[in-house]
Amino acid sequence: MASAPSKLYADDVSVLVVLLDTNPFFWSSFAFPFSKFLSHFLSFLNSILVLNQLNQVVVIATGCNSCDYIYDSSMATSPSIESGRMPALCSDLLQKLEEFVTRDEHLGKQDSLGPTTSSLLSGSLSMALCYIQRIFRSGPLHPQPRILCLQGSSDGPEQYVAIMNAIFSAQRSMVPIDSCYIGSNNSAFLQQASYITGGVYQKPQQLDGLFQYLLTVFATDLHSRTFLQLPKSVGVDFRASCFCHKKTIDMGYICSVCLSIFCKHHKKCSTCGSVFGQAHADVASASNLKRKTPET
Amino acid sequence: MNNGDRRRVNGEAEEDDDEDEGNEDLDAWERAYADERSWEALQEDESGLLRPIDNNTLYHAQYRRRIRSLSSLATTARIQKGLIRYLCIVVDLSKAAAEMDYRPSRMVVVAKHVDAFIREFFDQNPLSQLALVTIKDGVAHCLTDLGGSPESHVKALMGKLECSGESSLQNALDLVHGYLNQIPSYGHREVLVLYSALSTCDPGDIMETIQKCKKSKIRCSVIGLSAEIFICKHLCQETGGSYSVALDEGHFKELILEHAPPPPAIAEFAIANLIKMGFPQRAAESSIAICSCHKEAKIGGGYTCPRCKARVCELPTECRICGLTLISSPHLARSYHHLFPIVPFDEVSPSLLNDPHIRLPRSCFGCQQSLLNPGNKPSLRVACPKCKQHFCLDCDIYIHESLHNCPGCESFRHSKSAIAGEE
Repeated sequence: MASAPSKLYADDVSVLVVLLDTNPFFWSSFAFPFSKFLSHFLSFLNSILVLNQLNQVVVIATGCNSCDYIYDSSMATSPSIESGRMPALCSDLLQKLEEFVTRDEHLGKQDSLGPTTSSLLSGSLSMALCYIQRIFRSGPLHPQPRILCLQGSSDGPEQYVAIMNAIFSAQRSMVPIDSCYIGSNNSAFLQQASYITGGVYQKPQQLDGLFQYLLTVFATDLHSRTFLQLPKSVGVDFRASCFCHKKTIDMGYICSVCLSIFCKHHKKCSTCGSVFGQAHADVASASNLKRKTPET
Repeated sequence: MNNGDRRRVNGEAEEDDDEDEGNEDLDAWERAYADERSWEALQEDESGLLRPIDNNTLYHAQYRRRIRSLSSLATTARIQKGLIRYLCIVVDLSKAAAEMDYRPSRMVVVAKHVDAFIREFFDQNPLSQLALVTIKDGVAHCLTDLGGSPESHVKALMGKLECSGESSLQNALDLVHGYLNQIPSYGHREVLVLYSALSTCDPGDIMETIQKCKKSKIRCSVIGLSAEIFICKHLCQETGGSYSVALDEGHFKELILEHAPPPPAIAEFAIANLIKMGFPQRAAESSIAICSCHKEAKIGGGYTCPRCKARVCELPTECRICGLTLISSPHLARSYHHLFPIVPFDEVSPSLLNDPHIRLPRSCFGCQQSLLNPGNKPSLRVACPKCKQHFCLDCDIYIHESLHNCPGCESFRHSKSAIAGEE
């Protein structure tokens, strides 16, 4: 990227950071094989690079126990070294991917806590945002960055705070998070991520046509998106789940000190240990509202 | 690369020192240019465009100092923060605000940074409310009522930018006290006074007013633009606020932004309470309803109060019909990073960097930027005390100021479970 500032970036040059879910628990139990998915995915990466010669693609693998960069088109080896059979992109990426998956599996074995089935999306999202900040630092003229999450495994509730932090940081730096969710249910994390950052959330109905979904929905640069009718969000569930029973609630009690959510009135906050006064807080705020004139 | 830059910056500083002695017969305005020699810092890139001035290392040192002072305050693991704040910003628009020591005038500089502050405040404290008060001709006026919309506050302030007359601290405090005294007990009451004048012209005994504020648990902070004044210092000491005087515009900006993150909660200041809140769902895109806030029929969008089913346009807000506080879960999540802050990273010591026996990571864990200097020497870097990953200085700032996640800790399952085990 050191040579980048001299290039003249038009508004349709983009850096696409792809977060690739490699969770073995998901792929082994999923009807669509990983190899087939990869061939769609590699064709998609190639098309991004072909769409504009200055486009850049970065792939971060989201594993079950670790995350790592596996491909960066700006650091790719020159095409002359490519092994006769496969283009450089594929061989590079596949080799790194294989190394990563083996390492990830190894890390999982060391871990005494039984297998966890969610992927470390918070980690790869944080790494992607750090990378994108580097692009912003590279000069006043920089390509437009965006993030694409290719996720299959279900959300890990313990990552909630970290993922929300990453989403807000992306929103602040105007980086859209697109998500293509191929698992069976919808992912609440990714729905929120795309909604808050202004990205696209899409759940392909027919995985055999995955490449077409990827190309029609996620290949367009940010500037061209304004002219397109991309899939709209169907409705994002913004209801919270209470900390005590993990139930989804539409009305609840919030600790005024630490903002923990409870479905019932408690005497003491289980998160921060504050002791609560009477339950008339809502009454007080209502009477206050009456005193203030609502017309502004 | 970083080292080279620093050497350049240092070199310039020495040059400036040398020249200071010869500058005595220059006028003040000439000296300002002769001392700074700001044109020398400019650089051109290959195509002849001006490159932004690179003072990374200096900036990073400043930032480290700030974060260290913050973390020394918050040594305890679970610090309680006043997350629900009711803040009144008092802007002094007396004739002292027309002074031109800040360019173009104090008033314009204050307005500019209040604008930035208001946005930052709501970004960091989504459940808080803010009001604007101005002092002009010895009288305090309420510009905006306590409310949660940044746009309306900024618009009101920009529309009323003219100054005249004396300044009166007592009148302002009396007015603010009237507002803040009626907010619910769980809220943190705060006043931030941006004071340009060097005097206060009061109708009565200001000491009484200060005591009244103290009794109502209003935390008053003052940022002065001219010089330290006893009465302001006394006010801040009595009410537990902070008093600072800005040296220049950059310093003023820094000082005002220090008030954006929530202050540590003082137990006797606000009583912990459970607040009943509603999490409305977004209505379907095609539904038509009359919203209770603008009283207009609107198609799609909007949220429905779960208690009384009234329609509102925006969150967070209070339901106009039943008074229930309506929020969405992301609003709460926006504040969680104040409660679970990430630890400051440690600087990797130069002795470790120069030890040829230790193999150091070659690139920053976050952004993959090479951590090697041109001479293949390892450059300045920081490491997370938990996951031991190395980061470049830019990532360090980004991680602590905006991301609030350590990419290293987040991307290793076992390091995560180990941390969970410690707690």
